[in-house]
Amino acid sequence: MKFGIQVNEGPYTHEASVTAINFIKSAVAKGHEVFRVFFYHDGVNNGTRYATPPQDDINIQQTWSDLAKEHNIDLVICVAAAQRRGLADDGEQERNKLDGNNIMDGFRISGLGQLIEAGIECDRLVVFGD
Amino acid sequence: MSILHTVNKSPLDRTTLKSCLNLAVKGASVLLIEDGVYGAVSGAESTQMVQDAMGDVAVYVLGPDLKARGVDESRLIDGVKVVDYDGFVDLTTDNDTVSAWV
Repeated sequence: MKFGIQVNEGPYTHEASVTAINFIKSAVAKGHEVFRVFFYHDGVNNGTRYATPPQDDINIQQTWSDLAKEHNIDLVICVAAAQRRGLADDGEQERNKLDGNNIMDGFRISGLGQLIEAGIECDRLVVFGD
Repeated sequence: MSILHTVNKSPLDRTTLKSCLNLAVKGASVLLIEDGVYGAVSGAESTQMVQDAMGDVAVYVLGPDLKARGVDESRLIDGVKVVDYDGFVDLTTDNDTVSAWV
């Protein structure tokens, strides 16, 4: 089956990011396809590349990036939620004349249409977070 | 059409489990994850509510999240089924749709 995933909660808040990551790993191992993960609300913070958690802790942002690369998963950050929380890619940096960007490798910033499309394209949409 | 409901907050913290059980129709499945696993414990304030619902809905709990909280499976309400992440994935495909009570 084809899965779409929505993450509404920031990393290191409760557990949503890790639950979603574990769910995706299991789904892929069982032969399912994970088409897209859409990061909404505080979930956009899963896509910053400047996190430096303690070395014995999981690096959630890096884990997403590695997972996406390994299984060809589209990681999409909601643009409006990202703008409010100071998350930018090249395009946002240029458009808003920022002095840098902070998006993690493997993520991209786009709009809510990507979530709607995942809802239409996928057999199941599974939501994690607050 | 069968629905899988996921509940991720403790019944002591939020009313999502109560709302979910009130609205889940016969044949639905409810999966307790994260802090939601406390809803599967017997001898708690929420136990009767969950037992009453179990005539119509199947209640599952995510084993790794129980373990993370030190809740032994012997403390669960009779009839609650423990699943791992593979079981979670199977529940989402066995049901027609998934509704997250977040």
